[in-house]
Amino acid sequence: MTNPSNHAENHQDDGHGHDHPGMLADAELSYYARRARAMESLLVEKEICTPGEIQAMVERIDARSPADGARVVARAWADPQYQARLLSTPEAALAELGYTLPETTPKLAVVENTAEVHHLVVCTLCSCYPRNLLGRPPDWYKSLAYRSRAVVDPRGVLREFGLDLPDSVAVRVLDSTADLRYLVLPRRPAGTEGLTEAELAELVTRDSMIGVTEARTPERAGV
Amino acid sequence: MTAMTATTDAPTEYQPGDRVRVRVDNPGGHFRTPAYIQGQTGQVAALCGVFANPESLAYGGPGQPRQPLYRVEFDQAQVWPEYRGPASDKILVDIYQHWLEPAASPGE
Repeated sequence: MTNPSNHAENHQDDGHGHDHPGMLADAELSYYARRARAMESLLVEKEICTPGEIQAMVERIDARSPADGARVVARAWADPQYQARLLSTPEAALAELGYTLPETTPKLAVVENTAEVHHLVVCTLCSCYPRNLLGRPPDWYKSLAYRSRAVVDPRGVLREFGLDLPDSVAVRVLDSTADLRYLVLPRRPAGTEGLTEAELAELVTRDSMIGVTEARTPERAGV
Repeated sequence: MTAMTATTDAPTEYQPGDRVRVRVDNPGGHFRTPAYIQGQTGQVAALCGVFANPESLAYGGPGQPRQPLYRVEFDQAQVWPEYRGPASDKILVDIYQHWLEPAASPGE
């Protein structure tokens, strides 16, 4: 790939009988965007998948956001039996709330943060993330700085996110390098007994489900 | 999607609690065992399932035989000699069976 623009250019003028919507402005796209478009084009031409399938997956992920994960966490906080199912059979538990994960996507695992154990998720190889529930990962999650420092110095990273854990709490870093994607079930904050499930969901941030922070207190969330 | 032909699974060789060592290797091409954990000894925390081998899948191969995938737990203080944190801190990495070999228990 010494000349990464070759593919994109070759595929623009092609006259092979159909348009590639969105590919006309390739000259203005970044190197990585052009490369992604070229790969998309090849996948279609080699009949590995259709443009419709690619578009459907993009829309599926774009339709998800941390609010979906927050809804799941709030249900787990409100219903201990649901929480037990979420931890033991996460995909069936998600399906109960209408989140059916496609067969072809990686499996989801849920890990529980407690007073004794704090989990933190990273993918040191790339940017594996439970996109089918939380949508796209934040940019910092994909940064080389986070991907390296989260394993070498997780407590330092947590302090930078505002969480200074005592040594009595064991920090467990999960490097999701393979076929599982991890969702952290954050601790339910104290003083939230009277809140509704919708109010509880307001406390659950994206970062708390990655494990770089805890859930917000009702005061901070303004609930 | 291409239909998968016959599926074969490598037999499961490890159980939770077993001590294992991560092989040191650079097979070239795509593999999903981070360099920092190669050569380290840890303990199997869980069997995550059996999955097509990504080293084959990445090049259009069938990924057969499928490999058991383990969540392996390592002491941070052992992985990083300069680690700043208590001895109870762990790093857990998902590793396919063909990257693991048996290791002796501490003290053996």
